[in-house]
Amino acid sequence: MLEVHDPASATVSALEERVSRLEAELKEVRASLPEDRLTMVVFSGDMDKVFASLVIANGAVAMGYEVSMFFTFWGLSALKKGRSVRSKDDVLEKAMALMTPGGLGSLTTSRLNFMGMGPVLFRKMMADKQVVSLPELFASARESGVRMIGCMMSMEVLGIKESDLVDGIEFGGVAMYLGDALQSRTSLFI
Amino acid sequence: MQESIDRELDAKGLKCPMPVMKLRTAMNEMEPGQVIKVETTDRGSVPDFAAWAKRTGNTILSQSEESGVFSFLVKKGE
Repeated sequence: MLEVHDPASATVSALEERVSRLEAELKEVRASLPEDRLTMVVFSGDMDKVFASLVIANGAVAMGYEVSMFFTFWGLSALKKGRSVRSKDDVLEKAMALMTPGGLGSLTTSRLNFMGMGPVLFRKMMADKQVVSLPELFASARESGVRMIGCMMSMEVLGIKESDLVDGIEFGGVAMYLGDALQSRTSLFI
Repeated sequence: MQESIDRELDAKGLKCPMPVMKLRTAMNEMEPGQVIKVETTDRGSVPDFAAWAKRTGNTILSQSEESGVFSFLVKKGE
C-alpha cells in the first residue's frame, strides 16, 4: 500500500502502462503497413502488355520486392501450355480455345498485329536490339519466385482447365488477389 | 472438441465473388467468437476463404470436401 503513495513509484508504473499501450499500438500499426510487394492484374493477353507486365515484375524483383501476378480473362492465354481442344468441351469452349492464343509464343499484339505478322516483326526487332524475349522474362519471373495466380472464375467461364496451364501456378479468386493487393505498396491493372 | 455452430450459410452454386460476400454479410450479424458453417461448391472458395480470413481477422477452424461440396467452420474474430 505504501508504494501507491510513493510518487516516484506511481510515475514509473504509469509510464510502464503507457509504454506497453504504445507497444501494442505500434504492433497494430506495423501489421497494417503495406509489404514490399507489387501486385498486378494481368487482364490483357496482348503480347505487348504481357511483355510490359513481365518487365515490371522482373524489375520489381530486382528492387527487392515480392511480386504477385493475378492472371484473369485474356491474360490467362499467357499461361497456357498450348492450344487444347477437348472432345468433351462444349461448342463455345472449343471455339474459345481455337480463337485465343495458346501460350506466350502465340500472343498477338494490341496494335499493328497484321494477322500475326506484327508479333513476328516485334520479336525480330526486340532480338535485334538485344531486348530479352518474352519466354526468358517469364522464366526469370518464375525462378525469382514471382507468385502467379490464375483466376478460377474466368477459367471456368472460358473453359480453361488447370492442366491447360503451365505447372506451378496457384489458383484463386478475387479475395486471394485482394489479400495480396491490399498489402502491396503498388497495384497495377494491365 | 466439437465447436458449437451458431449459424449456417448455404453458398452452394455460387461463384466468385459471391461466396465471400455472403459470408461477410452473415458474419456481420454475428458476435465475436461465434462459429458459422458454410457450404460452397466453388473450388475457388477454398483459397479465397483462407485469404479473406487472414485479412479480416477471422479464423477457419476446419474445412473439408465431400462429393464436390466444401464445408467450412469459420469463427468470428474479436
